[in-house]
Amino acid sequence: MATTVTGTKPITKKGMGPGGRSRFPGGNGGSRKGNGHEGDFSQFEKSANRYRIGMWVGLASILMMFTALTSAYIVRAASSSDWHPIAMPQILLLSTVLIIASSGTLEVARRRLKSAFGGSYNFWLLLTTALGAAFLCSQLLAWRQLVRQGVYVASNPHSSFFYLLTATHGVHLIGGLIALIYLLFRARRAARDEQTLVKRHAVADAVTLYWHFMDGLWIYLFVLLFFWR
Amino acid sequence: MSGESHEAVHRHPAPTSFIRKYIFSLDHKVIGIQYIMLALAAVLVGMTMSVLMRMNLSWPGTNWPILGTLFPGGAPGGAMNPEFYLSLVTMHGTIMVFFVLTTAPQGGFGNYFLPIQIGAEDMAFPVLNMLSFWVTFVGFIVILAAIFFSGSESTVGPIGGWTGYAPLSALGQIAGPGQGMGMNLWIISIAIFCVGSLLGALNFITTLLNMRTRGMSLMRMPLTCWAWFTTAVLALLSFPVLLGGGILLLLDRLAGTSFFIPGGLYVSGILSGTNPNFPVHTGGSPILWQHLFWFFGHPEVYIAILPGMGATSHILATFARKPVFGYRAMVFAIFAIGLLGFFVWGHHMFISGMSPYSAMTFSILTLSIGVPSAVKTFNWLGTLWGGRIRFTTPMLFAIGFVSLFVAGGITGLVLGQTSLDLPMHDTYFVTAHFHLVMGVASIFGMFSATYFWFPKMFGRLMNESLGKFHFWVTFIGVYCIFVPMHTMGIVGMPRRFAQFTEYEYLKTLHPLVVFVSIAAIATVLVQIVFYFNLFWSMFKGKRAGENPWEATTLEWTTSSPPPHDNFAGHLPVVYRGPYEFAVPGAANDFVMQTQPEIAHQPVGQEGTSGNGHDGHRH
Repeated sequence: MATTVTGTKPITKKGMGPGGRSRFPGGNGGSRKGNGHEGDFSQFEKSANRYRIGMWVGLASILMMFTALTSAYIVRAASSSDWHPIAMPQILLLSTVLIIASSGTLEVARRRLKSAFGGSYNFWLLLTTALGAAFLCSQLLAWRQLVRQGVYVASNPHSSFFYLLTATHGVHLIGGLIALIYLLFRARRAARDEQTLVKRHAVADAVTLYWHFMDGLWIYLFVLLFFWR
Repeated sequence: MSGESHEAVHRHPAPTSFIRKYIFSLDHKVIGIQYIMLALAAVLVGMTMSVLMRMNLSWPGTNWPILGTLFPGGAPGGAMNPEFYLSLVTMHGTIMVFFVLTTAPQGGFGNYFLPIQIGAEDMAFPVLNMLSFWVTFVGFIVILAAIFFSGSESTVGPIGGWTGYAPLSALGQIAGPGQGMGMNLWIISIAIFCVGSLLGALNFITTLLNMRTRGMSLMRMPLTCWAWFTTAVLALLSFPVLLGGGILLLLDRLAGTSFFIPGGLYVSGILSGTNPNFPVHTGGSPILWQHLFWFFGHPEVYIAILPGMGATSHILATFARKPVFGYRAMVFAIFAIGLLGFFVWGHHMFISGMSPYSAMTFSILTLSIGVPSAVKTFNWLGTLWGGRIRFTTPMLFAIGFVSLFVAGGITGLVLGQTSLDLPMHDTYFVTAHFHLVMGVASIFGMFSATYFWFPKMFGRLMNESLGKFHFWVTFIGVYCIFVPMHTMGIVGMPRRFAQFTEYEYLKTLHPLVVFVSIAAIATVLVQIVFYFNLFWSMFKGKRAGENPWEATTLEWTTSSPPPHDNFAGHLPVVYRGPYEFAVPGAANDFVMQTQPEIAHQPVGQEGTSGNGHDGHRH
């Protein structure tokens, strides 16, 4: 009984013998207590990383939802003869241009924030927000065009999916707009110290990631709705 | 984004106002207890419903005056009508699966112990954590609303079962009592629950990846953390699919779309399109709903049981005073079960008319889950083998878990084969199978976890005598309930029937049905002992020290209950794996994860102090 599988071996195996603390990589998660000491930057970095990680994780879940809706789309398109593709509103091309442009401007904003000359960060952020709002308006116009043609959500399965997918994407994009507005408000306050700055960068990274994802998602939905019919 | 600030990194002072401390708390420990309380409330509702169902099955037509008073529509004169029974089936399943089996193991114990076990002060996003609980709570309120405002006097909710199969679930009031407003509320509740679970899963994953303390490498984490992590991944990837399906279903009901409703339906004597209550539908695919539902539904089974597996591994090692046998294999088995769980949903749909080739694929994949499950089972046995077992109440429940997991899992091998599933489908055999493995085994894992961690959560031990009494009656009781159900299923007794009086071939089974009901009522009654023990021990239990079980992981290095920031401002440093029991040459038969070295100490001398943790806090 005394002989067990794990004895003392794992300690040496991991190279963490007595006094092996120096071997721990600096700033392993959670060791944020040494505020004000040297080498804290990496600790803040690690701690702020939660926003980037959290965003990636969240995007995985959003991706799964759209995967589910896509598979429903494909199954429904194949399952019967009542699938009549709707005439896609031309204004969607404008939407696409707008959201791609907003992705570009947000990327510029993010880089301005990280560079030493962060002055125009606010401007690019504001521009992105405006483009995002314009995208939403353009989507609403597309809906109006369809309504004028008498195409409603229950008209046929393709129109149902059109309204559903654009609405679901739009709701997620509204979340992105709220995040952008949050960034705008945060940007008005000067960063007091290194730690706040690191966190601000991480949050900006996360929001940018989300926005790019929404951009890519729209292009995907656009292609799906236009060509899988 | 969470509003957490980094200003006060040394100590996070605990909030003082009652509301911030106990209601809208950001503290993962309070949120964990809130989740557990929610599950304890929900399980009372679910259990009561199961007793009502058993009463109707065993003594059909009997007048229960109290039922007649409480539900004049559903049980006129005290005798239950079939719709009322079906709504009980639906709500029992829904409440148990979502608000008990998903909230207590993951939201409850996961929330409380995952951050402490990895040496973090809190979750990565405390505000999100609070939101995820309150969103879940709103979901519970909405499902209760479905009981009381189901749109029909004669039911306590929708009547379509917890799987909500289309097209009946997509049609509205015309499909039956409770299928109107009751079904709407049911879908909305599930959608809200999905959102809450997604927020929780996101938080769990980020916390585990980012917040581990120094030295806490992935392979030094307790198996509980691995289980909660895998569960969170499953929830993260499966709940969005249910949410998507739920939105489609709601649109079919409210916006007149035809995602799941085929054309030419003839329901309740009305043809589709000939009645304003039944607008015209064309071309929808009811099977599509089944695919979407079960793509979520099967991982959900593992969402319910994986935390129980983690807790069982943890507790077996602690009370067998041995390291977990095959730690690495256990980690891979958890992952393999989680991964395979995404590719087997079709085995719920063998009789849906799917191609025999896809059925065979699903069948093979399903049976292959037996491999990691067997790895886990044999490793549990290996952990017990030759151990100096301490038969405490949590240990008994953990052993009970292994027993129930084997008993319930083995019939999965029967049902996973298409040729055997065809006759067994929708019989009591299936009911027995999933209740044993998903329901009772998961709950045994949670009982075990409750008795084990109670001293850490409340600083007092639960009463052992009451606990053992609770264990033995429950253990024998659940076998008395579910073993006979297999027999009924093999004879061909169908699920979800309100009564069997009209079936000649089932008459001989009636004594067995009565026996099961009596066992069920006894098992439910003994849970009163558990509730009493739980709340009595909170105030009157024997005081527990920091480490009453002589366990090794980080939660036992801090006070009971832990301070607001878990480690009183000093995050622990981890030097070793989680289950170092009976290490040769060590002074104690357990070595805490925070203990820096043991190898150079002569046996029996200069023993590190009892818990071995206080030498290292920096």
